[in-house]
Amino acid sequence: MTEQFEPTIIGFTCNWCSYRAADLAGTARIKYPPNLRLIRLMCSGRLDPTFVFKALAGGADGVLITGCHPGECHYLEQNYKALRRFQLLSRVLQGLGVEPGRVKLVWASAAEGARFASEVATFVEEIRALGPLHWGIAPADLPIVSELVPEEVVA
Amino acid sequence: MSVNGKKPKFAMYWAASCGGCEIAVLNIHEKILDVDANFDVVFWPVAMDAKYKDVEAMEDGSILLTLFNGGIRNDENEHIARLLRRKSKLLVAFGSCANEGCIPGLANLSESGEIVHTAFNTLTTDNPYAIYPRTSFEMPEGEIHIPEILPTLKTLDQVVNVDYYMPGCPPESHQIAAVIDLVVQVLQGKAELPPKGSVIGAGDSTVCDECQRLRNVKTITSFERIWGIAPDPSLCLLEQGIPCNGPATRSGCDARCPAAGAQCIGCYGPAEGVLDYGARLISAFASVIDAEDPAEIDHILDGMVDPVGQFYRFNLAGSLLKAAVPAWRKRVPQPLQGALRPET
Repeated sequence: MTEQFEPTIIGFTCNWCSYRAADLAGTARIKYPPNLRLIRLMCSGRLDPTFVFKALAGGADGVLITGCHPGECHYLEQNYKALRRFQLLSRVLQGLGVEPGRVKLVWASAAEGARFASEVATFVEEIRALGPLHWGIAPADLPIVSELVPEEVVA
Repeated sequence: MSVNGKKPKFAMYWAASCGGCEIAVLNIHEKILDVDANFDVVFWPVAMDAKYKDVEAMEDGSILLTLFNGGIRNDENEHIARLLRRKSKLLVAFGSCANEGCIPGLANLSESGEIVHTAFNTLTTDNPYAIYPRTSFEMPEGEIHIPEILPTLKTLDQVVNVDYYMPGCPPESHQIAAVIDLVVQVLQGKAELPPKGSVIGAGDSTVCDECQRLRNVKTITSFERIWGIAPDPSLCLLEQGIPCNGPATRSGCDARCPAAGAQCIGCYGPAEGVLDYGARLISAFASVIDAEDPAEIDHILDGMVDPVGQFYRFNLAGSLLKAAVPAWRKRVPQPLQGALRPET
């Protein structure tokens, strides 16, 4: 018996456009899958690639990065910075054997609630098709040596 | 701190490493005599003969200071890491391998079986009968063993608790000398140890902070390789398009490579507060690229031929993801239950 795989997706929104798009989707009662956990940043330019690695290492199956459309950044050009980081990050993830499709960049203005919802729905299906990443289930270290000893600090 | 007139005990061990850390310790020149004057060296495979059973026979916590270099590549490394943890009061992750995996950690890009295969059956290996090592063998005298390779290389603190971290590939000799001076002063009651978990023998800023090159606002339109151009001797290397890892790398080396005209490759590991070394560099490099069009950005990024090698040369095993997918899959067997694959 196979149940349907429900991916865990971490989403990052910027305060000025894409978060408002998500908000608009909510107030307009547009439905989208509940697999996305949103984190609001002030700007997509605040997105440190560390966040993406941490999400994947912590058990997320995909990461959605969103921001204002090019040319419309509240902080002038920080979304271009996000774009460049995303493109370089994708190359690194590919080098590490992670499917590049697991991290996606989407622009959404404050008026694009419907678009935001449909992008989320699409992304959830894309990740569902890729399957689980299974990074997070790893305890930092599985014991390998059979004769394990307690490892308390003696000092 | 000398107990009953006896000198405190010192140990140094190498796990998966190249031996450069040991050379760096010997490079402290006459300071090595201070080690001998203040410590009783009880275990140091590169310098003296000692058996594991001698260490096993020691009382727990009886070694004051153990410098552990090398990553945890096989079950022998792991066994000795646990053993030395138990026997030592202060366990120092010494050098990049023990701290963050270093070059041996790059093996985490590949599945371990593939690594063994490459080592035993490639063009450069004369192995016509494809003989592979067995980790145990039945002899008339009994079963004998050789160490078994682990699915991924682990850093020391992924296996045991570590008291202090001393980065560098290898740690600079003047930094080692300073640490030994400090420990000797502590022994004489003239100084106190830093808090547990501290990074010792290094700075708390970045290589850029120590670099003497001139820095302006950086905007680059192409990545260059160090052998492809004649870099300006006084200008920031990153500004000239050379991917220099200084912005994310811990200070402590006096920015030797940039001073000599070579880019920083990151051997001192992540700077203070950097959680993932590669991520910090992705951020730094992407920020200075002067392009806004996706195709143009891609074209510029094509100039960086090996992003993973650029960002994780020393830090893969210590990074957030710790390994590439093939190696990780083997380290963490897929769960039998709850593996919710999509219905096809």
